[in-house]
Amino acid sequence: MSETTSTTATTAQARGSFRTPTGGRVDRTSPVTFTFAGVEHTGYRGDTLASALLADGVHQIGTSIKLGRPRGVGAAWAEDPSSLVQVEEPFPDPMLLASTVEVFDGLVADGVPGQGRLADIADSARYDSRHLHVDLLVVGAGPAGLQAALTAARSGARVALLDEQSEAGGSLLGSDELLDGRPALEWVADAVAELAAAPEVVHLQRTTVFGVYDDGFALAVERRTDHLGGAAPEGTSRQRVWRVRARRTVVAAGAHERPVVFTDNDRPGTMLAGSARTYLHRYGVLAGSRAVVFTTNDSAYRAAVDLADAGVHVAAVVDTRDVAPAHWAVELERRGVPLRTAQAVVGTRGVERVSAALVAPYDRAGLAAGARSSAGVEPEAIECDLLLVSGGWNPAVHLHSQARGKLAFDAGLGAFLPAERLEDLLVAGSAAGTFDLSSCLRQGGASAATALSELGLDVTAVPVPSAAEQPPSSSSSAPDLVWVVPDPSGDSSRQFVDVQRDATVADVQRALGAGLRSPEHVKRYTTIGTAHDQGKTSGVVTSGIIAELLGAAPDAVGTTTFRPPYTPVAFATLAGRDRGQLFDPVRTTSVHDWHVQAGAVWEDVGQWKRPRYYPLAGEDMETAVLRECAAARTGVGILDGSTLGKIDVQGPDAGVLLDRLYTNLMSSLAVGKVRYGVMCGADGMVIDDGTVLRVAEDRFLVMTTTGGAAKILEWMEEWHQTEWPELRVHLASVTEQWAAFPVVGPRSRDVIGAVFGAGGSEDGVDVSNEAFGFMTWQDTTLDGVPVRLARISFSGELAWEVHVDSRYALAVWERLIAAGAPYAITPYGTETMHVLRAEKGYPIIGQDTDGTVTPQDLGMAWVVSKKKPDFVGKRSFARAENQREDRKHLVGLLPVDRETLLPEGSQIIEHREDGVLPSVSETGPVPMLGHVTSSYRSAYLERPFALALVKGGRARVGELLHVPVKGRLVAVEVTSPVLVDPEGARRDG
Amino acid sequence: MQMIKCPWCGPREEVEYHYGGQAHVAYPAEPAALSDEEWAHYLFFRDNTRGLFAERWVHTAGCRRWFNAVRDTVTYRFHATYRPDEPRPVTA
Repeated sequence: MSETTSTTATTAQARGSFRTPTGGRVDRTSPVTFTFAGVEHTGYRGDTLASALLADGVHQIGTSIKLGRPRGVGAAWAEDPSSLVQVEEPFPDPMLLASTVEVFDGLVADGVPGQGRLADIADSARYDSRHLHVDLLVVGAGPAGLQAALTAARSGARVALLDEQSEAGGSLLGSDELLDGRPALEWVADAVAELAAAPEVVHLQRTTVFGVYDDGFALAVERRTDHLGGAAPEGTSRQRVWRVRARRTVVAAGAHERPVVFTDNDRPGTMLAGSARTYLHRYGVLAGSRAVVFTTNDSAYRAAVDLADAGVHVAAVVDTRDVAPAHWAVELERRGVPLRTAQAVVGTRGVERVSAALVAPYDRAGLAAGARSSAGVEPEAIECDLLLVSGGWNPAVHLHSQARGKLAFDAGLGAFLPAERLEDLLVAGSAAGTFDLSSCLRQGGASAATALSELGLDVTAVPVPSAAEQPPSSSSSAPDLVWVVPDPSGDSSRQFVDVQRDATVADVQRALGAGLRSPEHVKRYTTIGTAHDQGKTSGVVTSGIIAELLGAAPDAVGTTTFRPPYTPVAFATLAGRDRGQLFDPVRTTSVHDWHVQAGAVWEDVGQWKRPRYYPLAGEDMETAVLRECAAARTGVGILDGSTLGKIDVQGPDAGVLLDRLYTNLMSSLAVGKVRYGVMCGADGMVIDDGTVLRVAEDRFLVMTTTGGAAKILEWMEEWHQTEWPELRVHLASVTEQWAAFPVVGPRSRDVIGAVFGAGGSEDGVDVSNEAFGFMTWQDTTLDGVPVRLARISFSGELAWEVHVDSRYALAVWERLIAAGAPYAITPYGTETMHVLRAEKGYPIIGQDTDGTVTPQDLGMAWVVSKKKPDFVGKRSFARAENQREDRKHLVGLLPVDRETLLPEGSQIIEHREDGVLPSVSETGPVPMLGHVTSSYRSAYLERPFALALVKGGRARVGELLHVPVKGRLVAVEVTSPVLVDPEGARRDG
Repeated sequence: MQMIKCPWCGPREEVEYHYGGQAHVAYPAEPAALSDEEWAHYLFFRDNTRGLFAERWVHTAGCRRWFNAVRDTVTYRFHATYRPDEPRPVTA
């Protein structure tokens, strides 16, 4: 018989045999079939993967990340450090917990050794988010949270009650408590019904508040369809992020049981005591057949008694304390459960499952002691298949701590508690260290009442249901504080502190030995607390161990910082709708569809889609761009320049504002004229350039670069609002309102004349140089549509910009294309635009400049006014740094070989006579003179050329320099940046 | 995410705003009259206060207006926001 068959047979035999005949919250009329580790199992709706597997006697979930040791179910909810699974079907989802995944028909899952696997197929599920504003956010629908929510609801407040489990009840789901003499879950059901009927209450289950932030802001993730598997309704988002803004928050998040560390404490079958009680009461599952209970406090006795009553053979209760609680000792005796005081579990046996607990007298000497009183004493082996552990309880202080609330160590509880009341966040119930049911209920209601009255709301008190009486305090015993049971032989290398990270007491000792003291450092050295559970069970234990080994108080050691998220949240959930096409808005011009038809290749410029070039059949980019350039220089080309930023500047002081922001004078510009201008920061560095049209005495149209549109509007607003609020001027972006089409080339006059001249349009614009000079504009109409024509050239060629309302832009574009047909009008893209402007030495701000370049560096001293007493940047031009002769200047570079296209960004060095790049080890670093900022092939020059920033560049014109390209030195000649038509003869056609 | 009270719009979420550096650093009346050192102080030198700090903010995704705030640089809490033409309020 093969091993696989044997395993299957065993599983089949155990199938369902650990399910109690009745009881639990599972729906026994709804069986579901799922597959775990290749074996088919049956569970019930309401089961988790862990409860359904435990019902079949399966404890081992996977193996550990470093050591490959078998690992099982450690708890009944998110604090579980060990039951990591990968869901395979219906959609691959890594790093989930068997103890929180709900089962459904068709679920396929496997255990994972510490690391899951991301899906390699696209996630077709939807994720989204919602906003919620409330008076009171209640986190957790246990007894304290429900009482808080009821109080707020009856008081008429706007309430959100969010709870991470599949149903409300919290700790009551895993117990058999009575409230007002009835099962507590009936009280829960009544409360839920009342909240459902309350108009101002949002109550969500399967919703984890995973982070609290400033001013009452909280984030929660709602798992809407995960538990439905294939039955999830079409069109419902899988998960949803709730962005809650709450005036007050009551955290009633409960507490996590704390383990005790001992040797071989990681074997499957080892579980927190309270979790076994939850599996019994909530799921109707016995976590084993023969149990040993190891405790340091009273709470585990309840688990021992409940399990014994349910038919589990409890072989022993092992208590570290000398005196057991009298009340519980009687209960154990009544059930025939042996009680061993002053003893501890010092180890376990078993391979894939615990088979015995090794019990010895409890050695109080602690970890730091040298000799062991227990050394040489043979521990007693007590056979078991379930080892329940309780080292006390850690209040879930995560959210309080995230909100920067202070914590303090409570020696009685052995845990950290909220140590201050935050202004807008209160903590109630066991999260605040209150563990008896009556007090939790009372505190929940009181916290809500306090919060509401602070908000000035009238409070309607809700009577607190009466819980069963607690055993009298005289019959209980103070808890012991035990972090680690020392190994009798002193070997701490199998004493697991963080079961998920395979990190042991020995690792903590090593960290301290290396000189680390802070739990933050120990965490990073040992990786304790860095797994999916972020140290929910291991964090406080680690602080305790550090304190014990250093002989310090736990309060002095403190905890690591609690950060969101409380439990893992998928990136897909956080991304929500913001992915794919919706990740970032796409801006298109009004001619976009025409470009698509024309086969444009796109360039992303900010959010804009701009045609980069329009390849004809068989053309690559280089060929297409050379053709487009040639057309613009010899015939006529047309560009969609609609993305250029446009700012409408209006008001009596419009000219004053522009004079203060541009380096040159704008107020002197006549209506009907256009002027080029440069803006600098106060430090004198160029931030943008463009043309300005004076539309009226009190109105200018400021054109910015495409990328500078928003920035320059903000820049102008900033100066206006914060420095010169007295100026009567208003600014508005009109980028989207105006389309702009440069029509460029020697034949552009023919095209513009054909469309807008006599015979073309009703106005009959005279496009001669005499009537329509360079840097002037005229308004006209075309079939009643207002159009503005401006003689602006970014290429040095005769050119017009056609400005038209975006709504009519496509029609005007098509008219221009049609009118240009006789001249083979060629649409060109951004690449050709860049080549044409670079041939003329026009810089692109942000490409040829980098925030350290002045107008003078660009060779544009002519654009800096000497007449104006001041403008932004002027004073900086006089700084010594900006007067240096060796500042980098914008120059042209011509590769001497007439072939090499210099890569943009290439460094530039002095010319080397030997043509060899010297070795750094021999001569040290080679001084760098600057870098190539733009580089293209020129159809006009019939050779490649470049623009560059070069130290003292203007004085070097005519010199040879070298540019290293792929290990080879390329000789380049320094030239003026203006390589085409330096005399400006072409601009008038 | 903090709520920041825009003096014109009221409380809005932090993501709607942009930070604008130290407040009450006026553009010099006569830059040309300043020495290089004085001008450099205006350009490059700002306080690095621990505690209450008056600084500029702009409601970028709202009314696009600038305002000033007094914020604690240790806790990040805003103690006051006020219009550019108002004096810095007295805060605790």
